[in-house]
Amino acid sequence: MASTPKVADIGTDYGQRYGFHDPEEYFMRTPKGLSHEVVEAISRLKKEPEWMREFRHKALDIFLAKPMPTWGDTQMLSEIDFDDITYYVRATEKQETSWEDVPENVKRTFDRLGIPEAERKFLAGVSAQYESEVVYHSVKEELTKQGVIFLDMDSGLREHEELVRKHFATVIPIADNKFAALNSAVWSGGSFIYVPKNTEVAIPLQAYFRINAERMGQFERTLIIADEGAKVHYIEGCTAPVYSTNSLHSAVVELIAMKGARIRYTTIQNWSNNIYNLVTKRAVAWEDAVVEWVDGNLGSKLTMKYPAVILKGERAHGEVLSIAFAGPGQHQDAGAKMTHLAPNTTSKITSKSISKGTGRATYRGLVKVRKGASGCKTSVQCDALLIGEAARTDTYPTMEIAEDQVRVEHEARVSKLGDEQLFYLRSRGLKDDQARLMIVNGFIEPFVKELPMEYAVELNRLIELEMEGSVG
Amino acid sequence: MSDSSQPVFSCKDVHVWIADKEVVKGVDLEISAGEIHAIMGPNGSGKSTLANALMGHPAYTLEGTVKLAGEDVTSLSPDEKARKGMFLAFQYPVAVPGVTVASFLRAAVSAVRGTETPVREFRKELLSRMEDLAMDPAFAGRYLNDGFSGGEKKRLEILQLLMLKPRFALLDETDSGLDIDALKVVAEGINAAASQDVGMVLVTHYQRLLNYVRPHVVHVFMDGRIVRTGGPELALELEERGYDWLEPAAAGGV
Repeated sequence: MASTPKVADIGTDYGQRYGFHDPEEYFMRTPKGLSHEVVEAISRLKKEPEWMREFRHKALDIFLAKPMPTWGDTQMLSEIDFDDITYYVRATEKQETSWEDVPENVKRTFDRLGIPEAERKFLAGVSAQYESEVVYHSVKEELTKQGVIFLDMDSGLREHEELVRKHFATVIPIADNKFAALNSAVWSGGSFIYVPKNTEVAIPLQAYFRINAERMGQFERTLIIADEGAKVHYIEGCTAPVYSTNSLHSAVVELIAMKGARIRYTTIQNWSNNIYNLVTKRAVAWEDAVVEWVDGNLGSKLTMKYPAVILKGERAHGEVLSIAFAGPGQHQDAGAKMTHLAPNTTSKITSKSISKGTGRATYRGLVKVRKGASGCKTSVQCDALLIGEAARTDTYPTMEIAEDQVRVEHEARVSKLGDEQLFYLRSRGLKDDQARLMIVNGFIEPFVKELPMEYAVELNRLIELEMEGSVG
Repeated sequence: MSDSSQPVFSCKDVHVWIADKEVVKGVDLEISAGEIHAIMGPNGSGKSTLANALMGHPAYTLEGTVKLAGEDVTSLSPDEKARKGMFLAFQYPVAVPGVTVASFLRAAVSAVRGTETPVREFRKELLSRMEDLAMDPAFAGRYLNDGFSGGEKKRLEILQLLMLKPRFALLDETDSGLDIDALKVVAEGINAAASQDVGMVLVTHYQRLLNYVRPHVVHVFMDGRIVRTGGPELALELEERGYDWLEPAAAGGV
């Protein structure tokens, strides 16, 4: 197995700020490795309905039968040892709704990450997942009164079984890909959100995902349904400790935007450098609906993630705005998928990547327009910024257009953080590192300005950390 | 301020190489506070290379001595030179997308002055300088040189000159690509800087800027050297007769 990059490679104080870990004193964990027994144990522990139990077992069979992807970073993928991973880890006995009741060590973790503070300041609801289970959950009362459901996925299944059963795995079927099948077999936690007709959730809901244990797999499952005319903004953040061994994060996120609904899904993930982040995210947008994925990828060893929107209703609009920062030893293989099934649907993909040192960023995108989906418009813009001679970027944009009446724009640009830009800024008195940071922050500005202010500040700070020591 | 008997800028026996090619072949200059020198010469004579190398462009190797207000700054980095009061207005200002003119200028002003200027004070100063240059206030919110017209870029260079208040400024072809109105505005900026004791070198190919800015000294630059130095009348003579009469051997070079 290849050696794993150490914390020093990814940023300066990741180890100190996020890379700490608590002792692994857990309420329950399954034995290492994946089997029908493990799946059975998870389902039993959760006291799930029969259909979900069967769903999990079927998913495991599909996972085992499916080969590993033959595209993407096959080298890094081949290094995943599925037998050396713990698939379910439960730290606490039950979920709490008050920070006071969360066990001390877990609470300390989230305190250090600033979650309770964020909740007080600017969030409508918070969900905090530690390993496999959500340990803290709270929603503002107004939302509950409006009929908004914001629960962890397990509670969602218990309390709203019919609604979950109707929509679960309808956007991302079990057999969609090997990692979606894996998630379907061992999923735990994640969020379940339902926003009733014509209801607007004015301030964001947030979920925070934390992996603490070593060689652990986190498989949250999120389902968001925005009913007709509803509007919601959901934000997720992720971190993990720094270990010399690898952990796996493989989520499935399904969004359903009914007629005229609007969903924005914002991710700021900042995994440590030992996480395989293999996530399937997809949305369905019905008539006049708008779905936006705002996706920020920092950290991880390998990320493979291509948020998708299936534009099923007329005039639906899908958007992906993403940035990826690939530091030394990291590979960000990210992109987007847009499928135009209905006429007059529109989509926009803006992908920005930064590769530094031996970091590697790949844009992989697919835009499909079905025959008969006339009047569609799509635009794809990929910008890559390279810092240093060894940095690498690749672009794989695929277009499958079966209709003549469409407007397609595509633009790809690779730039180097170059001598001319640096010289210009330095001739105005800015020091080398200050000038570099300014160029990088400018590069990601179109992304940052879409974030709520608090996240924008945090992201700029994270980029600053990533950029430190990049001189020379 | 520095000793007034001291020139604000001087360089002695400056040679510049691009890779192993010698482009500037021994230049001496001496500029006093508030003095304007014009360096005129045909395309390809090496005058832009001289300006960039003096500022410390990393692609060029410079030999000789460069002094700012008597202090040897030859081996300093571009940002160190800027903080000591040197400025270069670029012939081709570089775009930095995503960084607004205002935030860039605030960072630059803070770096050069060595203290943070409070936001309100800074804005006031910026808007007032922009008004002097007939610039729309919305300009401050645009991304640095990103999608700017040639004229807008050059105005922004002059805006920076006025905001950063250097002791000495090199202006590299600041007059090129300007219509007559923009040229007048740029000239006003240069005259304003000179009246505040900034010493300046205008590197130019044409005489037309000199209709609005009266240089104290004109140098003719050919094939990497200053081949003649005179008063403003020399610029007019060049306008009439071109460069060929000066040094026929050098005119075809580089």
